[in-house]
Amino acid sequence: MRPRHVGAKLLLLALCGYFLVPVWWLLVASTKNAEGLFSGSGALWFNGFHLVGNLRDLFTFNNGEFVRWLGNSVLYALAGGIGCTVISVLAGYGFAKYTFRGRNPVFALVLGSVMVPLTALVIPTFVLMSNVGLIDTIWAVILPSLLSPFAVYLMRVYAAASVPDELLDAARIDGAGELRTFVRVALPLMRPGVITVLLLSIVTTWNNYFLPLTMLSSSKLFPLPVGIGLWTQLASSNNAGGQSLWNLIIVGSLVSIVPLIVAFLTLQKYWQGGLAVGSLK
Amino acid sequence: MTMAVTLEAPPVVSAVRTKRRHKKTGWLFILPFLIVFVAFLLAPLLYAGYLSLYTKGLATGTTFAGFDNYTRAFGDPSFRKGLWFVLKFSAVVIPLQIVVALVAALVLDEVTGRLARFSRLVIFLPYAIPVVLGALMWGFLYSPSFGPIEQIATAFDVRAPFLLSQGNIFYGLLNVVTWQWSGYYMIIIYAALRGIDSSIYEAARIDGASARQIAFRIKVPMVSSALVLILIFSLIGTLQFFTEPQILGPIANGSVTPDFTPNIYAYYLAFRYAQFNYASAISFSLGFVVFLVVAIFMVATRKRGSLFT
Repeated sequence: MRPRHVGAKLLLLALCGYFLVPVWWLLVASTKNAEGLFSGSGALWFNGFHLVGNLRDLFTFNNGEFVRWLGNSVLYALAGGIGCTVISVLAGYGFAKYTFRGRNPVFALVLGSVMVPLTALVIPTFVLMSNVGLIDTIWAVILPSLLSPFAVYLMRVYAAASVPDELLDAARIDGAGELRTFVRVALPLMRPGVITVLLLSIVTTWNNYFLPLTMLSSSKLFPLPVGIGLWTQLASSNNAGGQSLWNLIIVGSLVSIVPLIVAFLTLQKYWQGGLAVGSLK
Repeated sequence: MTMAVTLEAPPVVSAVRTKRRHKKTGWLFILPFLIVFVAFLLAPLLYAGYLSLYTKGLATGTTFAGFDNYTRAFGDPSFRKGLWFVLKFSAVVIPLQIVVALVAALVLDEVTGRLARFSRLVIFLPYAIPVVLGALMWGFLYSPSFGPIEQIATAFDVRAPFLLSQGNIFYGLLNVVTWQWSGYYMIIIYAALRGIDSSIYEAARIDGASARQIAFRIKVPMVSSALVLILIFSLIGTLQFFTEPQILGPIANGSVTPDFTPNIYAYYLAFRYAQFNYASAISFSLGFVVFLVVAIFMVATRKRGSLFT
């Protein structure tokens, strides 16, 4: 080992410490009861072990509304994420592998729309949705999540780089139709890119706060971030009942972050490769 | 015209027909996206533009107002205050994030082994955590009633600054945002660094370049397009700042006012006061500022190559 790497490794350790502190704190705090949480000492170390009890409280509080929010989050993330991926992969492939009139202006429009502040769209989308009676339904959250100009851009770059034209022509000469060529020949080659886009769009939908916050008013439709945001408001406005609610918020946060961390860890070889292509262009 | 003629000419039928079929197929592949694009981007955008040109009064009903809402917005102290805050915040947070991401990526590109692999995942980890929860966790850490910062300070017999107070919330948020996004940017830069042909470094080393020179004279310029991409993304994101202050608001003892950022202001106008017309004008004005800042930035960095070339 060369000596200059010692400094680099110390730097890495410091960075790890910084990025892990909040998660470590969350893990430790999830095992404490209200008393331990407010005891005023040792916030970063264990004090009793009440994780199981906290989880039971979490899942039963207010007729199990947390479980409902968890289910909603999974539904929105899967429906929005998978839908967005299918649409973006088709479009990216279409832009990369077909020349048709109007392709360049349309693509320029799509690329330019990356700059539109999404929040500028939430207010008019709300008004339009309420005109067709979709406000406060799951569609108000899922349908707008299907749009991701960045995913289309990423898939266009990826399709252009990973699918050779010669292979497509060969498939066509063999008599395969356009859709069959896409599914059988192009799609397997684009797999790392597809998984990257899938993961990114699931994360975006899972994390989305502003859109469901405005679109939904009945708490039984809330996804996790909006639900936990609601609990925070309740806990800080109500000091007496607040203490036990803080415990639920903390253990609820832990439960909410576990699924995505697991997904990222198990799929890392795919998304790391997929992001590489997107950033090289 | 020429095109229509060729398409109808029978002798060259097979080649031309496949070509024409391909043209249609191209449209079919992008059609689902186009429908979503029109329904949830173009239509709302045009509708917001339309809304922003009208005013709705209790007595007068809806009347055409021209650019009155925009004149009002740019003269509105609340909007100006929020805009100034996000511009100031961007000017500090974006360089900070990029420096953290770039340094981490350069180190990870150099060092190999278990620690490096572990660090790469840990630094990226916050990206997988919902922004709402990232903000909440830091809010807890800042908390005087059960956070460690206060406890450590007490142990040393000093008073810890409350990072969400009126005077400190800028720094409190700075930390939250840096923590949340630096890892994502690090991965993008890291991926770009991995894509560089390492024989270039060999050549530089033979020419007597030090590791530091290789990093700053070769690696950084070669990932400049990734840096520009990151800069544009974080600029667009930060100017629309909403979630973190909105979440930390209830525990920040009034530091987060309803006009804290332009987006929070637009949200309050629309959903608390039902002023959809004026709120649309605020959103549009913010969009205009985002567009302007990004455009200025892209012109300034054009020579170094960018997403749009």
